[in-house]
Amino acid sequence: MKLTEETVDKMAELAKLEFNSEEKATLLGDMNKILSFMEKLNALDTEGVEPLIYMTDEINALRKDEVVQTLTHDEALKNAPKKDSDYFRVPKVLERG
Amino acid sequence: MNYASLDAIRTDLAAGKVSVTSLTEFYLRQIKENKDINAFLEVFAEEALQSARLIDQKIAEGKAGKLAGLVIGIKDNICFKGHKVTASSKILENFESQYSATVVERLLAEDAIIIGRLNCDEFAMGSSNEKSAYGPVLNPLDKTRVPGGSSGGSAAAVAANLCHATLGSDTGGSIRQPAAFCGTVGLKPTYGRVSRWGLIAYASSFDQIGPITRCAEDAAAIYSVIAGFDPNDATSSSKPLKPCKAKIEENKVLKVAYLPDLLQNESIKKEVRDAYQNALNTLKERGHELVEARFDYFDYLVPAYYVLTTAEASSNLSRFDGIRYGRRSPNAVDLDSAYKKSRSEGFGREVKNRIMLGTFVLSAGFYDAYYGKAQKVRRKVTDAMNDLLSGCDLLLIPTTPDTAFRFGENSDDPIKMYLQDIFTVQANITGHPAISFPFGNDEKGLPIGLQAVGKYFEEDLLLGFSAMLKA
Repeated sequence: MKLTEETVDKMAELAKLEFNSEEKATLLGDMNKILSFMEKLNALDTEGVEPLIYMTDEINALRKDEVVQTLTHDEALKNAPKKDSDYFRVPKVLERG
Repeated sequence: MNYASLDAIRTDLAAGKVSVTSLTEFYLRQIKENKDINAFLEVFAEEALQSARLIDQKIAEGKAGKLAGLVIGIKDNICFKGHKVTASSKILENFESQYSATVVERLLAEDAIIIGRLNCDEFAMGSSNEKSAYGPVLNPLDKTRVPGGSSGGSAAAVAANLCHATLGSDTGGSIRQPAAFCGTVGLKPTYGRVSRWGLIAYASSFDQIGPITRCAEDAAAIYSVIAGFDPNDATSSSKPLKPCKAKIEENKVLKVAYLPDLLQNESIKKEVRDAYQNALNTLKERGHELVEARFDYFDYLVPAYYVLTTAEASSNLSRFDGIRYGRRSPNAVDLDSAYKKSRSEGFGREVKNRIMLGTFVLSAGFYDAYYGKAQKVRRKVTDAMNDLLSGCDLLLIPTTPDTAFRFGENSDDPIKMYLQDIFTVQANITGHPAISFPFGNDEKGLPIGLQAVGKYFEEDLLLGFSAMLKA
């Protein structure tokens, strides 16, 4: 299939990315090339084949349901681009009414 | 100082001919003198020297670990507590690890010295190391050529003797292809054999950490330390780790499968095919059994790989939101633009391409046609490989269709670049262990890599095989 600019815009919105018109043109070209390359898979008959999803034989490798502190509060905030003493800070979410 | 193996280093250490401190000083000088290669993004000089002095003391007291004397570099997607890690991306420019990867902890516990972090393609996405946000790495054997990728810095550092060994990560060949381009040994262990706790994820059902070294014996020594169950990685295998000898028993006849079609395939460089043939001849002369095999899925490997890995990448990289860590765009005015601008300014083009493709193949209406289809192909390919391997001990194929190429040579067309991975992605799609080792050179003197792919958890056989073929 051939992607349209509209689909690219929709995917960009889902992926939280933005592109200027020049970038978008290159991206559209690249994506179409790669998608038609991916479509080679259609030449292979997979009727009745179960998808392979899990790559290990481990079944439900879960740890005990116990509280463990792996990061302290300070460590968790350490790399935040904006923070106060307790929280991550984000730009304003709601406009003033 | 140009040690061919860790064994040689340890022999000299025991004889008092060298100290860990003098070794570390030597590597620090090497790194400084070879800055143009751009292999290291950061060197932990002071800390490495401090550890070296401590380890020298431990050696004197007879208390040193198994890897005392090993000076190792780590790919810049492996966390080391209190040190920066960026995945060679601007989005993580000032990120500092709050904890260490399991592989790092295990190396340190055995007295290895971590000398710095190594350049790679951004988020390990690339086959030439041209896609790092911090500039390309040069191949030390020919500086007009790429070192391969994505663990390009890891392979170049070993080839240029900037440290004795390195760790890389391999999602589609990112350890083995650069190992081949730089004339080094690279091991991708079985999926689940080495913990990924503390590895920045690219495609979680593919990624494995492994060593890049000067010889198979060193790879075995490092693998033995980093491999094994880790409760922090739910995909890590609980299978006990067998002791690794990296030695094929004398008089043991190996059944080595090969693909006769590849010997005639003209899209593979002539010298690479010749090296392949030479290796087969050598094996025959030494009394091993060659098994003709067929593998009909090469055309589907790279497409399936890109559907599955871009899908996983789009999900894994959604965590980079510019809120909790990483770079936040100064141009953000509200929450949505904080996400979009931070991500769009922070990620490079290749990474954005892959996120977009992954978002598409997972999106409503296209999921079954692309992602679901590729998962079925993955099953078929895996069954075919298991069938093939059931009739032999291992499969021998080239690591790459070509030797190290020039900068820019494969940059015009993403497909051309992606096809560099044709012989390596298979082991990531199926999860099998695989090793690349140097075997001969092309007409320009550039190294050629051959690759052995083995049954699940049979790393020891692959290591022994590489050691034997080189000897």
